[in-house]
Amino acid sequence: MSKRVLLIIPSAIVARGLEHIFNDLGEFEVCGILTDLSGSGEAQLRNMDADVVIVDPSIFDHASRGNARASLSEHTSAAVLAIVGSLWDEDSLRQYDGVLSLYDVPTTVIRKVRTALEGRSETPRSEGEELSAREKEILVCVAKGMLNKEIADQFNLSIYTVITHRKNITRKTGIKTVAGLTVYALLNNLIDINTIE
Amino acid sequence: MATSNERHLLSPSMKMADLMNLRFSLLGVLTRMGVPFGFGDATVEEVCRKQGIDPETFLLICGVYAIDGWLPTKERLERADLRDVLKYLRLSHAYYMDVALKELAESLETLIEPCGEKARRIIWRFFADYKDELSKHFEYEEKTVFPHAEAVLRRGADRTFTIGEYEENHSNVEEKLEDLKNLVMKYLPAECRQQDIFRALFYIFSLETDLQKHTVVEDDILVPIVNRLENHE
Repeated sequence: MSKRVLLIIPSAIVARGLEHIFNDLGEFEVCGILTDLSGSGEAQLRNMDADVVIVDPSIFDHASRGNARASLSEHTSAAVLAIVGSLWDEDSLRQYDGVLSLYDVPTTVIRKVRTALEGRSETPRSEGEELSAREKEILVCVAKGMLNKEIADQFNLSIYTVITHRKNITRKTGIKTVAGLTVYALLNNLIDINTIE
Repeated sequence: MATSNERHLLSPSMKMADLMNLRFSLLGVLTRMGVPFGFGDATVEEVCRKQGIDPETFLLICGVYAIDGWLPTKERLERADLRDVLKYLRLSHAYYMDVALKELAESLETLIEPCGEKARRIIWRFFADYKDELSKHFEYEEKTVFPHAEAVLRRGADRTFTIGEYEENHSNVEEKLEDLKNLVMKYLPAECRQQDIFRALFYIFSLETDLQKHTVVEDDILVPIVNRLENHE
């Protein structure tokens, strides 16, 4: 099955050109073209379920450019490549999984997209359902009845980081209350019943 | 399931059997209000009058159960009988504690029987805590909120408590039940039997749905009625 590519590119000429390159080769298909993320753009980004997103970073204003990758990640788990035509702040390009140039030949475009996809599948996705080692440590603390502040001190984390971990624990397990998380920790042998009684 | 078009169907002149056929959960409203089966082709109005229940109030509560997201109109709320709303809420509490939770407890007991002693103890304690919490929540309503509503009706309420405080205090007992659901569905040890898990989940889901509707009756029927009466005192 060919991989689905979503283009977020204001220039119709560039978008059509890329579409042509992908469709010629069959390995990828362009599932949608957005000119920007205004209006229903974000919802479309979510619904497209694309494997690859190619975005022209100029759709983000200067202030939000540094967080562009992160804001896209809120809506899609796809690999994200930037496409640039001129000199561009190198630092801001590092957040992407790859960078295409307007002067890349078709084979280079395909190679870069493949590399970006491979890089993605090697790193564990944050959406995974397994709790990370850190999340397990924090879960144990929660089950023992520790407060966020105490947990933060123990691991040298900010209280906000602890809250984020707790949110992720609840999202992954589907369990919201401290009592419920305690049962989860006990059933999964993360803690011993004697430590909480 | 009833659609928004069917809300017009909820009238005292409809047949009780047609009303009950809209949704399974309406049978719970019917039995808790003490209406016996065998009503034949009688209308909602006829059946209710025979039992001494105000038909408009009965339909108001049925509307909540039959139609998701249904909000009763101001006129309907003004016609409702607060005594019947309170009667329903009290009888529901009794049903949850004496019937629904008992069934759930039995199904859980069977479910965790094959588990090790440790798992049995922690699951059972979680359920017992939930039961306590729910019971305390009901007790607060029965000792503080409902008597206040009755006092407002008699125009004898003192001003130390208003229904607005109840709204703020309406503690969320739903989270623990949701946790129990996820624990049973996702994380039980492999020794548990599939049909026992299904049976426990069945009771959890029906209690959960019922309690959600119960909360709607409290928040969107009881509270606005008492609110209005408080302001007219």
